[in-house]
Amino acid sequence: MTATSSAGHTRRDFLYIATGAVGAVGAAAVAVPLISQMNPDASTIAAGAPIEVDLSPVAEGQVIKVFWRGKPIFVNHRTKKQIEEAVNVNLASLPDPQPDSARVKEGHANFQVLIGICTHLGCIPIAHSGPYDGYFCPCHGSVYDTSGRIRSGPAPTNLALPPYQFVSDTKIRIG
Amino acid sequence: MSGHSTYQPQSAFMKWMEARLPIASLIHSSFVSYPTPRNLNYWWTFGGILSLMLGAQILTGIVLVMHYVPQETMAFNSVEHIMRDVNYGWLLRYLHSNGASMFFVAVYIHMFRGMYYGSYKEPREVLWILGVIIYLLMMATGFLGYTLPWGQMSFWGATVITNFFSAIPLVGEAVVTWLWGGFAVGNPTLQRFFSLHYLLPFVIAGVVLLHVWALHVVGQNNPTGIEPKSSKDTVPFTPYATVKDGFFMVVFMIVFAWFVFYTPNYLGHADNYIPANPAVTPAHIVPEWYYLPFYAILRAVPDKLLGVIALFASILILMFLPWLDTSKVKSARYRPLFRQFFWIFVAVCLGLGWLGAKPAEGGYVIAARILTIYYFAHFLIILPLLGFIEKTKPLPNSIEESVLGHGAAAPKKA
Repeated sequence: MTATSSAGHTRRDFLYIATGAVGAVGAAAVAVPLISQMNPDASTIAAGAPIEVDLSPVAEGQVIKVFWRGKPIFVNHRTKKQIEEAVNVNLASLPDPQPDSARVKEGHANFQVLIGICTHLGCIPIAHSGPYDGYFCPCHGSVYDTSGRIRSGPAPTNLALPPYQFVSDTKIRIG
Repeated sequence: MSGHSTYQPQSAFMKWMEARLPIASLIHSSFVSYPTPRNLNYWWTFGGILSLMLGAQILTGIVLVMHYVPQETMAFNSVEHIMRDVNYGWLLRYLHSNGASMFFVAVYIHMFRGMYYGSYKEPREVLWILGVIIYLLMMATGFLGYTLPWGQMSFWGATVITNFFSAIPLVGEAVVTWLWGGFAVGNPTLQRFFSLHYLLPFVIAGVVLLHVWALHVVGQNNPTGIEPKSSKDTVPFTPYATVKDGFFMVVFMIVFAWFVFYTPNYLGHADNYIPANPAVTPAHIVPEWYYLPFYAILRAVPDKLLGVIALFASILILMFLPWLDTSKVKSARYRPLFRQFFWIFVAVCLGLGWLGAKPAEGGYVIAARILTIYYFAHFLIILPLLGFIEKTKPLPNSIEESVLGHGAAAPKKA
């Protein structure tokens, strides 16, 4: 008698839906490790631990390059002239407006620390070159000023800043 | 698949086999009795040449893997080891690296032939789209393979190409980190690229089977672009097409051998004989020659995201070609206006290729912008309009008539 009200629903329908549901959950569960294994592994992350850099040997006007997480970090000991040029820029004229003060640590404007990877397609710009005496990317011609701000070329944003802090006046910790 | 296999198994074994797995009759109907248009010219031999190149690349590739080490500190040296120590290693590697270039030479001729004779038009749309998919897979495979020697161009090519994905809004950086398996291109990147470089040729082989299947369903196009109407319009694949294909394969192999033996590094870059250095980008970074037109399009657009979109669009637009070309007449032989625009398009592609190798500055960028606009206009404006405004020449009544010219009806004034 009760069978008539659910004539359309059979044991096979139940099995069909239940099998499909469990199968879909299983496939999704298998996809997680398959996708996740491509992300940075534990050793790669561990190798990206913070590093300390002593800035005392860096002469004024010199740019040094250190590696952190496989990325080149530029530390530019800027001259007075370079700092003035970076500060006295009409922000409205910049593609990615940002004051120089937001790109250095307060009281340490002489040290410009940035990730030396062009924000266009990842090449390493050449320091002390280009019309602003900043950085010039040889791959596709992006030009950055001494503050690492994009001035011309295809790069969409300013050179990125790594997380860092000054542990003393002449030493920074990156990471 | 021709519908009328004439295969008759002779021996008792082949009769036994035929009743269980009719592979012999499949091969016979596909490659022996298969009817091919009687007017095919040498431009139609590149499908066979491409199959040969795929086989050759898989063969040399498998042998190279017996000596290569996909590990960042050893990859470069293992390639030098192949070049200096392995018996005939220099030959096998030069065959593989130049083979990639010859593969692309053949595929570009094959594609332009399809465009000239309208081979993508009804009923061959799916056949054409499968071909575009094969081409995309070839580009991916070529890029991954170029990374493996882990020289400067390998490393920075991998960096630039993977950074295309950083243009994706919001998730771009996460996607790139996932592709790299690190915070920069490094050993995890090399190992996964090696794995995929080994995989993709077999995926290509699979899509090639679909491509050949689709071809054998709809039949080959031919220089007149009209379909065969009777058995007088066709000849059996063997011996006619087999000999013609075989002859031009050998001619093609001679050109291939000339590159391998006389100028094996002409199509490569000297910078790739410098081990990968993550601290220094080469002063002048260019991709392999077969990507140069698309690289020029990327650089012509002054915006990162739009540049990457234009690059992918310039390839994917080929998928829509069957519907963008509105003309009912297939072959450029009977389309006087299209024929001129076709050759302009070929020149534009070559021009973009030349510009892709030049530095991205000054007049080069302006020229690349003009040619990029023309490239897209060819597909989006010229081809759709030509179908409406072009006055096509009268078509012959049959392939046989176009070849033999008998019957006064044949207007042969080209």
